[in-house]
Amino acid sequence: MKIIDTFRYARDAATGTPLRTGLLIMAMSIGVAAVVVLTALGDGARRYVVGEFSAIGSNLVIVLPGRSETRGFNPANLITSTPRDLTLDDASALLRLSGVERIAPILIATTEINASGKLREAMLLGTNADYIRVRKQKLALGRFLTKDDLGHGAAEVVLGAAIRREIFGTTNPLGKTVRVGDRRLRVIGVLSEGGQGMGMTSDELLIVPVATAQAMLNSNTLFRILVESRSREQIGEVKARVLKMITQRHEGEEDVTVITQDAVLKTFDKILNVLTLGVAGIAAISLAVAGILVMNVMLVSVTQRTAEIGLLKALGATSASVRQLFMVEAVLLSVTGAVVGIALGYLGAAILRDIYPTFPAYPPMWAVLSGLGTALVSGLVFGVMPARRAAQLDPILALSKR
Amino acid sequence: MADSKSLIALKGIERTFYLGDSQVHALRNVNLDINPGEYIAVMGPSGSGKSTLLNLIGLLDRPDVGTYQLEGRDVTTLAPDEQAKVRSERIGFIFQSFHLVPRLSAAANIELPLILAGMSVDERTKRVAQALKEYGLMDRAQHRPNELSGGQRQRVAIARATVQRPAVLLADEPTGNLDRVTGEEVVRLLEALNAQGMTLIVVTHDHALGARAHRQIRMEDGIVLSDITQMPEQAG
Repeated sequence: MKIIDTFRYARDAATGTPLRTGLLIMAMSIGVAAVVVLTALGDGARRYVVGEFSAIGSNLVIVLPGRSETRGFNPANLITSTPRDLTLDDASALLRLSGVERIAPILIATTEINASGKLREAMLLGTNADYIRVRKQKLALGRFLTKDDLGHGAAEVVLGAAIRREIFGTTNPLGKTVRVGDRRLRVIGVLSEGGQGMGMTSDELLIVPVATAQAMLNSNTLFRILVESRSREQIGEVKARVLKMITQRHEGEEDVTVITQDAVLKTFDKILNVLTLGVAGIAAISLAVAGILVMNVMLVSVTQRTAEIGLLKALGATSASVRQLFMVEAVLLSVTGAVVGIALGYLGAAILRDIYPTFPAYPPMWAVLSGLGTALVSGLVFGVMPARRAAQLDPILALSKR
Repeated sequence: MADSKSLIALKGIERTFYLGDSQVHALRNVNLDINPGEYIAVMGPSGSGKSTLLNLIGLLDRPDVGTYQLEGRDVTTLAPDEQAKVRSERIGFIFQSFHLVPRLSAAANIELPLILAGMSVDERTKRVAQALKEYGLMDRAQHRPNELSGGQRQRVAIARATVQRPAVLLADEPTGNLDRVTGEEVVRLLEALNAQGMTLIVVTHDHALGARAHRQIRMEDGIVLSDITQMPEQAG
């Protein structure tokens, strides 16, 4: 029997019972569509998060005080358990390293702002003039901190958008004086709305020169140092140099942790990929159910078509031909279901994107292909048993059934 | 009777079925020689083994003991796929209940054995067209079995059985589901095929039908009771 004839016969057999075939294709397509839509959701979440992180600036190397990993037991750990602080001098030293474009020291504390008779909690951020470029943020009004000596603290403040709105409303805050903690500071600029990153919104920030912040908090330590490398390729080298420099400055002790934006990104990427896979796995259960349905329907079909199978054998069909006919039918049903399901899945993802335009819910190619592959394999696997049963049917018994 | 020219030679055929604990001897020591072009009626009551004999000749069943030679070739020992090939090329079946595939048109039903034999599309369409013409089914070609009368259905079945030009035509109660007039029509069609040289073996209860055959084999309890060859009755 020719392959094309096998396909034609199987197709006719399937279309000969439209209701059964339709229901089966529907079951299979729902399974595949579930895989496609859910992976689109998972992968969309991954892209969304990665996109958000990239917005912070992906050339960043971040220095935090203290080691975040242990290197086994070392007697020295017992004695020098307290890490040395990061200081402004450390930050200045890093700026001189080759491959470093800019740095921004960061000191953070909660404080309150008091102006025009209003009092509000806010986040105080001490940094330098380069911060705005390192973090790729924008000003709505006025200017940012001036580029002066790190140690010199002017009594100036840049307001976050939300703080400005709540304290000053629509009036121009530039040049006004606000009271932050126990200091009086002059407003020199306002940040644009919507800056994100490091787990907080920049709308709630009060940005002051780092020396001012240190004086206000009576401290000379830094919370973080942000280092921007000249290019993405240099991140690795810059990271190594930063670590070496700080270690040198801290009397040979490696008491800081240096992380890169890339590493953070990769971690998130990994977590969300696993999430997507998990979701795809759950959706794959519905595919397995559809596969069992294919088997069930094909078994019923074999029983219903007993006489036909007996006839085919009497007309000279080999067992192999009969087996092929039923296998091909099972596979045709599964694959048609999968193709319909992929179309439905893409439609579903498009609707999702229409509803949430910021959410990039595109089904990943691997999910589409594996959905198709799983359907094909389940058609083959679950088609085997009914096909074998058909091939083994005794033609005499089959034909004597009236 | 046994000569090398015989089309079908059965020697010492035994076939036993097991129904639970009891044994049913469907065929007991059956010896038959059938020459090309014969017209044979196999008769006997239900359970006499006549259908088993037909299935065995049609290679749908295997004997437990004995040999079966078709056209001088021992076919009992053939592999299932080779037997399928012999069925495809040398044997045509006609059934009481027609066994047409309901979703296929008359033409597609006739084409079925050719498809199974792996014939090319051109050759197939030619053969099917010829068969439709020979059996007067031209205007019924695209009709499904449920749109055909009983006589037309059996004609489609006969066309399907003979489209491969088999050596033997096996008919199991071919008129059983037909009224007398259409039954007569079908029998005449089969006899015409026999007249063209095709060996015809008919299994029937119907004595009138059996009497028309040139050779009558009576069976009971799996044994051939009588095997009578008579000269064709002269018409009129």
